Amino acid sequence: MSERKIRVLIAKPGLDGHDRGAKVVARALRDAGMEVIYTGLRQTPEMIAEAALQEDVDVVGLSILSGAHMALVPRILDLLRANGLDDVLVFVGGIIPDDDMPALREMGVSGVYGPGASTEAIVEDIRTAMQAKFAQEPH
Amino acid sequence: MRLAESILAGNRRALARLLTWIENEDPRGFAELDALFPHTGKAFLIGVTGAPGTGKSSLVNSIALHYRQHHQRKVAIVAVDPSSPFTGGAVLGDRVRMRDLSGDPGVFIRSMASRGSLGGLAQATARVVQAFDAAGYEVILIETVGAGQAEVDIAKLAHTTLVVEAPGLGDDVQAIKAGILEIADILVVNKADRPGVENTERALRGMLELAHPVRRVFRHHGKSMVVDAPMTSDIETWIPPIQRTVATQGTGVPELVEAIEKHAQHLRENGDWDKRNRVRLQAELEDLLRETLIRQLRQRVPPETFERILDDLVARRLSPRAAAEAILSSTRATT
Repeated sequence: MSERKIRVLIAKPGLDGHDRGAKVVARALRDAGMEVIYTGLRQTPEMIAEAALQEDVDVVGLSILSGAHMALVPRILDLLRANGLDDVLVFVGGIIPDDDMPALREMGVSGVYGPGASTEAIVEDIRTAMQAKFAQEPH
Repeated sequence: MRLAESILAGNRRALARLLTWIENEDPRGFAELDALFPHTGKAFLIGVTGAPGTGKSSLVNSIALHYRQHHQRKVAIVAVDPSSPFTGGAVLGDRVRMRDLSGDPGVFIRSMASRGSLGGLAQATARVVQAFDAAGYEVILIETVGAGQAEVDIAKLAHTTLVVEAPGLGDDVQAIKAGILEIADILVVNKADRPGVENTERALRGMLELAHPVRRVFRHHGKSMVVDAPMTSDIETWIPPIQRTVATQGTGVPELVEAIEKHAQHLRENGDWDKRNRVRLQAELEDLLRETLIRQLRQRVPPETFERILDDLVARRLSPRAAAEAILSSTRATT
């Protein structure tokens, strides 16, 4: 059996057209040996949940700078669950006010990374979570 | 319920999971794939290859869209992108160009990293295609990594291979080089709204005439001279058509799909369809045998013996051929 690769979907929901952050994260995860599916700008929650299903990803990273995160994130989480993707790790990056962070975590978001967050921290958090997940898989 | 049964019942989540197992060479996947195999052999496999930047992803998007809108056939897309040889990671970006297809339950797109395999496809691509075939996808589009001139694996896998070119990519000399253009069943000049499209098409046509001799009439010193093709036979040979497209606008795509369907019909009529299936399965069988035999052999050769012969090889006391022979004869001695 070949190495179990970590597959990540990096998606930009909503209407803001700034994807520098998403691309920096995509690149950092690739350099950490992960397979990153990048879907481009202006994705609807339905498109993101569908792509996550087809690509059978372990992780979904959402980049949101429009301020619509409190509307978009719960919708995406609901659709992922409706598709049977309960065990997918979801993290959020972008401009997220501190006040919203507890609510996002409450919904099931694993991590929130604002401007200045280090890509190493994102890589480490994903690796730690995946080690725990893969350990439970049958060999 | 077993995964294979869920897949046959149309469960997309189960299919996605099996594709992951296939990619990871997870033993759980082999048994499921064995159960699905009798249900394969129905899909039409279309390969799309060509240099980076010719617009393969956009073309795949527009071909898939046409099949959905005008033929109502279920379409699967396998898009292969390169893995980094250093970290093993990959950014798979083909979906960016395929957003028109989202929301259609009759389309399933799967991105694959090449995972160190050469030849423009990942090793597991053939098995991923089998899973889609069994799951009832009638048209399977396989997009290779941006291929150069030697990556011709796709021609062994697909029924119909499209080679995509675009104006301004070093046409004249590139077109003459053997390899990738010779595997083309259909040549596509994409981005045909760009300047230089005539040059690209002319270069391709010149290359085709070299590769596929046809009866031609030349004017030479005021006289018409007929040059017959060297081999004339009753069986109609397939001359790859050249189709201009602007994939982002859908221009030329209906004509391209017509040419694809004509090629499929040609394959069925002259028996090449079955022949290609046979060749593909033979290649897969031989690959598996090679893998298995090497593994079995390595289990029978003590590591010390293997290392000793390898040392002799490195020190140039044995040639590679003699070293292989020495390893084989060491197993004969022990059995």
